[in-house]
This record gives sequence, structure tokens and C-alpha cells, in this order.
Amino acid sequence: MLWIAWKMLIGNRAKYLGIVFGVVFAALLIAQQASIFCGLMLLTISQIRDVQGPDIWVMDRNVQYVDDIKPLADTELFRVKGVPGVEWAVRFYKGIVRARLEEGSYEQMILLGIDDDTLVGAPEGVLLGSVADLRKPDAVIIDKVGYQKIWPGEPLRLGRVFEMNDRRAVIVGIATASKTFQSFPIVYTRYSQAVLFAPRERKVLSFVLAEAAPGETAAAVCRRIEEQTGLQALTQRQFVWKTLRHYLAKTGIPINFGITVLLGFLVGTAIAGQTFYLFTVENIRQFGALKAMGTGNWTILGMVLFQALQVGIVGYGVGVGFAALFGLATKSFGRLSFFMPWQVLAITGVAVLLIVLLASLLSIRKVLVVDPAIVFRG
Amino acid sequence: MRCRGVTKDFGTGGSLTRALRGVDLDVPSGELLMLVGPSGCGKTTLVSILAGTLEPTAGDVTVLGQDLVAMSNGRKVRFRRENVGFVFQAFNLLPALTAAENAAVPLLIAGWGRHAAIEAAGAVLDELGLGDRLASLPSELSGGQQQRVAIARALVHGPRLLVCDEPTSALDAENGRITMELIQRIAVQPGRAVIVVTHDARVYAFADRIASMEDGRIDSLTAGPHAAGSA
Ligand SMILES: Nc1ncnc2c1ncn2[C@@H]1O[C@H](COP(=O)(O)OP(=O)(O)O)[C@@H](O)[C@H]1O
Ligand SMILES: [Mg+2]
Repeated sequence: MLWIAWKMLIGNRAKYLGIVFGVVFAALLIAQQASIFCGLMLLTISQIRDVQGPDIWVMDRNVQYVDDIKPLADTELFRVKGVPGVEWAVRFYKGIVRARLEEGSYEQMILLGIDDDTLVGAPEGVLLGSVADLRKPDAVIIDKVGYQKIWPGEPLRLGRVFEMNDRRAVIVGIATASKTFQSFPIVYTRYSQAVLFAPRERKVLSFVLAEAAPGETAAAVCRRIEEQTGLQALTQRQFVWKTLRHYLAKTGIPINFGITVLLGFLVGTAIAGQTFYLFTVENIRQFGALKAMGTGNWTILGMVLFQALQVGIVGYGVGVGFAALFGLATKSFGRLSFFMPWQVLAITGVAVLLIVLLASLLSIRKVLVVDPAIVFRG
Repeated sequence: MRCRGVTKDFGTGGSLTRALRGVDLDVPSGELLMLVGPSGCGKTTLVSILAGTLEPTAGDVTVLGQDLVAMSNGRKVRFRRENVGFVFQAFNLLPALTAAENAAVPLLIAGWGRHAAIEAAGAVLDELGLGDRLASLPSELSGGQQQRVAIARALVHGPRLLVCDEPTSALDAENGRITMELIQRIAVQPGRAVIVVTHDARVYAFADRIASMEDGRIDSLTAGPHAAGSA
């Protein structure tokens, strides 16, 4: 009987596509918007994830997210180092500076200052030049996307010079870095150099990065650091979630995307529901004939649900497929952030399931009450 | 099959229509009873009740030894599935299914496997002269051919009651005659009662008995030409 239901459904191609369209529309919109949302959220934490190696971030008690810089006194590094269970600890500067280009124009940049001795926090993928060259005077490494933003269309070239805080900076390397929320160019330099590039302030230390000693868990060491120093110490994972929670709770981003997703859901339900109901109404004599010939209500119910699920599965596949293609397309343009984790697929799937179930409710009522005697009427 | 004092009202209050006003009728197995009468006299209503798709307002209906009035809804569905074959005026084939698939539907409803059901349906269609159109869709068949598919569908599961409501009125004279011949030759068998509703005088010749209806009642019951001829 499910086979008959399937045949009925695809028997009229145009109608079938009409029904599927509503679900495709909803699935596409939901998956695409949710993926852009996830991509944006990924941007907010990219700078935490880009720092490879140390698992512990130490910062001011009141820091809410990674861009919320509340400088510490330089002496805090030694207090952190003194906490039992800390294998090593280094300084990390993060700030936004205004750079003056040779052409005379100004450009906002994210300045990252990494430990002079260990270069912990240096970029992973250096395309041109080398991390070791950071030890040269005035040396900086810039991220590739940032370079192309400042000097669009120009080939990647080392040795270019610009000024920060009236001090000369020389590009000795070009690296890949994850895109950031602010989408400014990212400049890496030694900590001692960074404090000179940054506007003069009483306190400059943004974070202390630390590693737990072997046999210690990062979480336990974090607790100990907090107890002994009064600072805030988080594992990388904790800091990621704290930052995400901030953006989720304190910004309009989730609401904006939530509204679009909800609209997609409602419009998809409306289109799918209407077309599916029309389909049922048009086939009501067929259902009536099946009932007259002895098909029970449960079987009829199963047939309609099966049809709805078929529509859902096809619509989901096509919609999510289009969303993924959209993601691939925007990736090659490098503009939009797009990240489609399995959770997005799962949420879209649940939404589509709800849509087709809601859409079939009216139809189910219709086929259940249809009087088999209608088939005798002309 | 027998019914006694069957009445049927549609609607309520001022808009109440009394479609049947106390029908008594017996239909023995093995014969073709023709139910004739002017449009609106209650023929369709009566056969709907006999086939178990409609509840009478009052009266007793016993079909194949089972009391339809007392029967629960679920048991009625099963009763129709097992015992009743339908041929409708409007064919009511599923447009997305081929001739063989359409004719197989009652077997599929009864839970047969698809291939076995379609094969069995093919054999019945063959008997009805449609052996070469098994894979055709209803839209590719003439009206007469579609009605033959519908007859195959009505007979494929060997029902003990066959109900045909105006099976020829959508067909031309020639196809109407062929259809009635097929019903007469293939459908009418010992152990099966066949009721054909019609107001088409051209096909009266195929009846064993003719029940003539007028305004919700059966006003005469006569032996048909076919019974007379074969006697
Ligand atoms: N579902 C219904 N609702 C209301 N009135 C109906 C319904 N079905 C039939 N009737 C009425 O019952 C009477 C008999 O109808 P019907 O049995 O279809 O007659 P016939 O088949 O002999 O033309 C007619 O007056 C018709 O209008
Ligand atoms: Mg009628």
C-alpha cells in the first residue's frame, strides 16, 4: 500500500515538485542561515583556536570574551608561573592598533604580541618568510587575507614597511590565519615589540598563556591559578564557550538569525501544507475508492504520512544540498563565513520533519473523514 | 442477501431527504439482479448500503449471512475487503497505476506481495481481453477499456458480491454491450451475487431478474429476459 502511496505521489510530476518545493525552500533557508550563524560564531572564537599549544588562558576576572581586553600588570606572569602545576607560562598581547601605510592612508589592525623567547602563539601556516625572522628588529608577520585587503591585487611581497604608533614595522612573513569577527588584518610580532607598537598605557598584558604540568589536568590547574592569583583562568575550551555565550546572550545575532530561520519554517510549512492539502483533495476520490475496497483508516493514515515523509526526505536532501553548494560558492569568494556542522543538518532535519507532519495534518483529517460512498457519486 | 424495511435519510430537519422508504429485497447467489429506475430514486443509496459503505437509517441488512447493521466499522472494512467487488460509473482507477497494477489493488489491500498480485491481475485482464494493455496507464485506454480494467479489479480477489453502479452509462452502446456481456459471462458464477444498477434500457437483456425502483421503494420484481431465455 505504501507503494501505491508512492505511485500516487509521483504520478503527477508538476504537483509533486510543487509540494517538494515548499520543503526545499524551508530546508535551504534554515540550513543556510544556521550555517552562516555557525560561521559567524566560529569567527568570534577563531583567535582562541588559532593559538596552538598552551591550554590555559589567564586574564582579568571581568573579561567576558576574547575581544574584551582588560590589561593585567606585567608582574602577573610571574605570579602565574609560581602556581604549582604550571609547567610554563608566557605573555600574550592582543589589541587593535591604527597603522599608517607608506601611501599615507590608515588601516585598523589586530596586533598580536607573542612571547619573545618561545614565540608561543605564532601563526601555524606561514606562506612566505619564516616565524624565526620575527626575532629581527621591527619584524612583523601579517595574515594573507589582511595583506590582500590592504594592497588589493598586488603580489605577496616581503619587506613592505608601515608604521604603528610612529614606529617602523617590516613584513618578514605572510601567514594564513582564521578569519576574525572584526575582519581586520592580523599582525603578529614579539611581545616586547608589540608594547611599543601599541598606544602607551599603564598596563599592557592581555593574557597569560600557560600549560599544565604533566599529570595535571588543565581544569585543576585553572582552579589553582584562580585561587592563588585572583585572576580568571580558563581552559581553551572554557574560554571558547564563554566567548560564544557572550555573543549568544549579549548580541542581537541569534535573534536576527532566529527570525529568518523561523520565517523559513513558517513559509515552508505554509507552502508545503497548502500544496500537500490540495494534492490530497484532488486525490480524495482515489482515497475514497481505496476505502470502499476495504482499506482501513490506519492504512490510509500510514499512506498519507508516508507521502509526507517522502516529500520531507527529498525536500530535505535537495534543500540541504543547495545550502551546501551555496556554502562552497561563498567560500571561494572568501566573503561570508559559512560553517555547517552536523548539528545544523540535524536541526534542519527536525524542522523539516515538523513541517511535513504539520503540513499533513489537514490532509490526514480529510482522508480519515472521507466517506467511501463518495465513489458512487458521479 | 436480504434486506427488510431499509430506510435511509440524508440531512436533518427541513433539508431532510428520505432516499429509501422501506426496501425489502432478496438477492440469491449465482444470479444477476438488475436495479433499474429513474435518476434519484435511491438506487445508488441502496447498493451502497448492501456493499457496506453506507449505514441505513433503519431496517435489517444481511449480506452473505452477516448482519451489516450490527457490524463494527472495522469489521465492515474487512467485510468489504474480503467479500465485495465494486464497479463504479466513474471507473475510479488510480491514474498513476498501470492497468495491471490497478486491477491488482484489492489483492494489495489484502496484503499480497506486489509481483504475485500484479501477475494474478494480469490473468484476469487477459480473460477480459486486455492482455496486451497490461502496462498501459488509464489515460492511454478508451472508456470501454478502462471499465474492463475496473471489472478486472472488482473480480480479482474473487468476491462473493459484485456491485456495479451504472457501469455502462459513461460508455457508448457498443462498449456498454461488451461490458455487460463480460459481466454476464465472467462475473456471474455460482456462489456470487451480482447487482447491476442501471437506467439504461439497452442492457436490460442481461438480467436474470429486474428490480424496478421508484421514489425510494422497489415497486416491481420481474424475471429478466436472460433468465427467461435460458429457462
Ligand atoms: N450524500 C447525500 N446527501 C444528501 N442527499 C443525498 C445523498 N446521496 C443521495 N442523496 C439523495 O438521495 C436520493 C437518492 O439518490 P441516489 O441513491 O443517488 O439515486 P439514484 O442512484 O437512483 O440516482 C436523491 O434525492 C439524492 O439527492
Ligand atoms: Mg446513482
